[in-house]
Amino acid sequence: MAVIDSVAAPPPTTEVRPHQVSRRERWQLRLPLLPALIYTIIVTQIPFLVTLWYSFQSYFWNTPAPAHFTGLSNYKTVFTDPAFRGSLVRSVVMTVVAVVVAMILGVLFAVLLDRKFIGRSVVRTLIITPFLIMPVAAALVWAGPMLDPNFGLLNYLLQPFGVHHVAWLSTHALGSVIVVMIWQWTPFMTLIVLAGLQSQPADTLEAAKVDGAGAFATFRELTLPHLRPYIELGILLGSVYLVNVFDAVKAMTQGGPGTSSTNLPYYLYQQVNNAFDIGGAAATGVVTVILTIIVATFALRMFARVFQFEEA
Amino acid sequence: MTAVAMRENEPTALRVRRLSGQAGWAVLAWVVGIAFFLPVLWMVLTAFKPESAAQTWPPKFTFSPTLAQFRLVFSGWGPYVAHSAIATVVSTLLVLVLAVPAAYALSVHPVGRWRDGLFFFISTKMLPIVAAIGPLYVIALKTHLLDSIWLLIILYTAMNLPLAVWMIRSFMLEVPKEMLEAAELDGAGRIREITEVIMPVVSPGLVSTALICVIFAWNELFLALNLTVTNAATLPMFLISSVPQEGLYLAHLSAAATVASVPVIIIGWIAQRSLVRGLSMGAIK
Amino acid sequence: MRYPRVRLRAIGAVGCVAALAALTACSSGGSGGSSGSNSNSGTITVAVVSNPLITGQMIPLTSSVFEKQNPGIKVKFATYTEGDLRAAIEKNVSTHSNAFNVIMIGPYEAPLFAKNGWLTDLSKQYIASDSSYDASDLLPPIAKALSYKGDLYAAPFYGESSMMFYNKTLFQQAGLTMPANPTWTQVAGFAAKLNQPGKVAGICLRGLAGWGDNMAALDTVVNTFGGQWFDMNWKPQLTSPAFEAATNFYVNLVRKYGESGAANDSFNQLLTLYGQGKCAMWYDATVAATSIATTYPAVYKQTGYALAPVDKTKSSGWLWSWALGIPQGVSDSGAAWKFVSWATSKQYDQLVASKYGWSAVPPGTRTSLYDNPSYQQAAKPFAAITLQSINSTDPEHPTLNPVPYVGVQYVDIPQFESLGLTVGQQIAGAIAGTESVSQALQASQSAASQYTPAELSGG
Repeated sequence: MAVIDSVAAPPPTTEVRPHQVSRRERWQLRLPLLPALIYTIIVTQIPFLVTLWYSFQSYFWNTPAPAHFTGLSNYKTVFTDPAFRGSLVRSVVMTVVAVVVAMILGVLFAVLLDRKFIGRSVVRTLIITPFLIMPVAAALVWAGPMLDPNFGLLNYLLQPFGVHHVAWLSTHALGSVIVVMIWQWTPFMTLIVLAGLQSQPADTLEAAKVDGAGAFATFRELTLPHLRPYIELGILLGSVYLVNVFDAVKAMTQGGPGTSSTNLPYYLYQQVNNAFDIGGAAATGVVTVILTIIVATFALRMFARVFQFEEA
Repeated sequence: MTAVAMRENEPTALRVRRLSGQAGWAVLAWVVGIAFFLPVLWMVLTAFKPESAAQTWPPKFTFSPTLAQFRLVFSGWGPYVAHSAIATVVSTLLVLVLAVPAAYALSVHPVGRWRDGLFFFISTKMLPIVAAIGPLYVIALKTHLLDSIWLLIILYTAMNLPLAVWMIRSFMLEVPKEMLEAAELDGAGRIREITEVIMPVVSPGLVSTALICVIFAWNELFLALNLTVTNAATLPMFLISSVPQEGLYLAHLSAAATVASVPVIIIGWIAQRSLVRGLSMGAIK
Repeated sequence: MRYPRVRLRAIGAVGCVAALAALTACSSGGSGGSSGSNSNSGTITVAVVSNPLITGQMIPLTSSVFEKQNPGIKVKFATYTEGDLRAAIEKNVSTHSNAFNVIMIGPYEAPLFAKNGWLTDLSKQYIASDSSYDASDLLPPIAKALSYKGDLYAAPFYGESSMMFYNKTLFQQAGLTMPANPTWTQVAGFAAKLNQPGKVAGICLRGLAGWGDNMAALDTVVNTFGGQWFDMNWKPQLTSPAFEAATNFYVNLVRKYGESGAANDSFNQLLTLYGQGKCAMWYDATVAATSIATTYPAVYKQTGYALAPVDKTKSSGWLWSWALGIPQGVSDSGAAWKFVSWATSKQYDQLVASKYGWSAVPPGTRTSLYDNPSYQQAAKPFAAITLQSINSTDPEHPTLNPVPYVGVQYVDIPQFESLGLTVGQQIAGAIAGTESVSQALQASQSAASQYTPAELSGG
């Protein structure tokens, strides 16, 4: 069913009808879009403009002094502060690792669930549940009952393998946070890939089998290419959400030890709630937005393909 | 369920291999499923423990269960769950009200620059809200919306709107052209087209969209933490404050985590198919 | 036909939305009240730290006793962990959002907020006309720490210093004796002998990043080793020999003979470990004695107490108090004071004693408590040493050499909120082993150097 069609735009309406009617028609088309569009513009762009304004102010919440203009000094700090660069790098690392591993696991789990077996729906339910757990709840449960060095389940389960009382949140803070991110988002990837697997036309698979192709070859040559748009969709959506992960960092490690698990959202959170540096946080925010736009422009290419896929 | 299909004239050796392959597959799938689910199981188990049994080495698998932790949670969670419920439900309804016409304008009878419109919505999701949290606080303060449930509703709606527009649009694209043409021949105006032709076809998609919005709104912590105090504090904030500074806590927080997650878990389990459809943008028929 | 049912459901949904909207409009209060009404009734919102003395005593007693005695006043509590509490409170007072009528703060915030004009002067506004409060009964070091220019700006709910808890049974078994006034060298020796890897830690110490967590303990060690945060010219001294020696000592002690995963441990976790007999010694807040007595009666019987260990100074314990203040310009301030004075009064102590026993009473605030024979009896093991610890602190002269700042385990400047956390994070990293002590201190020193002396002193 995945026929990539060309764009299905409406035929131009201007040839025959008089000029006024077509303009009215155009506005009739736009009208349903306007409420959502206006709403989004107001609620997202106004805060951004205010953020832009504050980025040029010196404004702290730990002194009674009011906000005053300070030019580009906040931006200077952003570009010279190693803490910001560090949090940026960590954000990228966390997102890339989590998305890639979650997608790999997602493909494996989807393949597992694609075949009929006893209790398949139960196993599928088990596998999607981590996505349904409240993220801050999942983080707290992993931080405490799972990873506690003295009482945690993981250390107990790993004991036969020679692992003794590891303090996961101390020595592997970033890794622990990434594990929780992967745990929660693998189901998301699994479901998307599963949809892709189940939409594969059975006849091509049959034909491959008749031709004598082995399971791996079939997967590599037929299934993976078919899955490509699904995988890209999963990676895209997953990245958008995972780059903004905050709950796990706050609840598990508070960015520590040191700053080894501080990602960008948590860094901004600390700038506002700990250093009370509103101007600095605003500047950091603006720089982040600019960087995101740059990255998104590259993602646009992937977007276009997904757009096309959407019109099939 | 025909996992063990009979095939005529199948040589025994081959059949044994096939069945044991199937059995092996089932075992593998079950092991993977249970292992992946284990932390959830552990969370629920720990929620029934008295604190003394929750902090032991080795971890206890048998103990005398108690409802004390749940009682503690339920005695404290009242206002939090109410705020969460209101913010979630109202923002989701608002999202649907805004997203359905917008999706319509981007799919069935698209505006000229529908690609730009769609991209604009998606782009707002890419700009991290964390960047604006300080100014958002100031804006909320000046508009007297600080610590108000309406602030959360407004922000959650904006948070979920792009995804909803995208999803509903993809469901609307599935409406068979023939039905639309038939309605047009019938003389149906736009309104009738939406209500009589499109909505019935798309309503399962609306359900799955609403589901996703509910999940994201219910679980949201960052905005609530920064912008609310007591009049609009939500369930995630209840959780994050339930790790007391000084005192016992592992069983209590497991109970709180379980209770907080149960609504979404139940919805997700029941509406699994809907969830799958939603997440894959209606790509499976 | 599916369609009519869908329509009915849609109408139902719209009806629900309308109802909910009306409900929320009525119930949600929006941001806190307009400025400065003095009314003695109304709803007051109290921001508190999440702590058994508060969640287990103050909050239940408020609804069962205070609200009944004051029918016009309704009290709402907003409970936070320490870091979140500070963020919420400072945001609130700085922007005058008036979300809280009463805030729980300590000797770090009280003078700073008072200086900024963010707090109500309790002495002038209320205590002068309310003799039942008896401010002269407050322990002098505590009252002084919560005052600014001689006036009290926050009423202490409980006060603490730090001291050493130890398991007498384990000491006896090892043939060791803890002196009443130990040195850190002695303590390190004990820890080495008592450490049983995997079973009992020789000593349990805080490692969790935070200026009120690991840095509180480390700062007392730094002070008694002769170190300091800043010299008289506000130049940071975090890489000075004394500071480095103290940090090396603390970090090595906890890494060699401390509990595993120390970088994530603060009072919370250590209380549990100690209560389960997994710590031979535990250096922490004096208020832990109350918690041990009420939560771990078996270990309580085996617990001995010693003053905070010293090195070059005569005493080293920290000074802290969780106290209730009233932000300037908040509404229902009369009701707010009623609550504050109730929760910090002698009568409150008696109330707690009647419901939970004398040993559970919030310690460290009033002289009358320590003169009370019932309390002396019930808290015999730890009352005297707690009082002695608090009375031997001097936040204005916390270090061996003179310093331009006030505070034993903190530096009372606005920038410390952020600086203390940054340094605490570095130290936690050293404790976790992800960096060396000298790396941690270098990073801390450069963080502290980002402020000019003018900023630090003028702030």
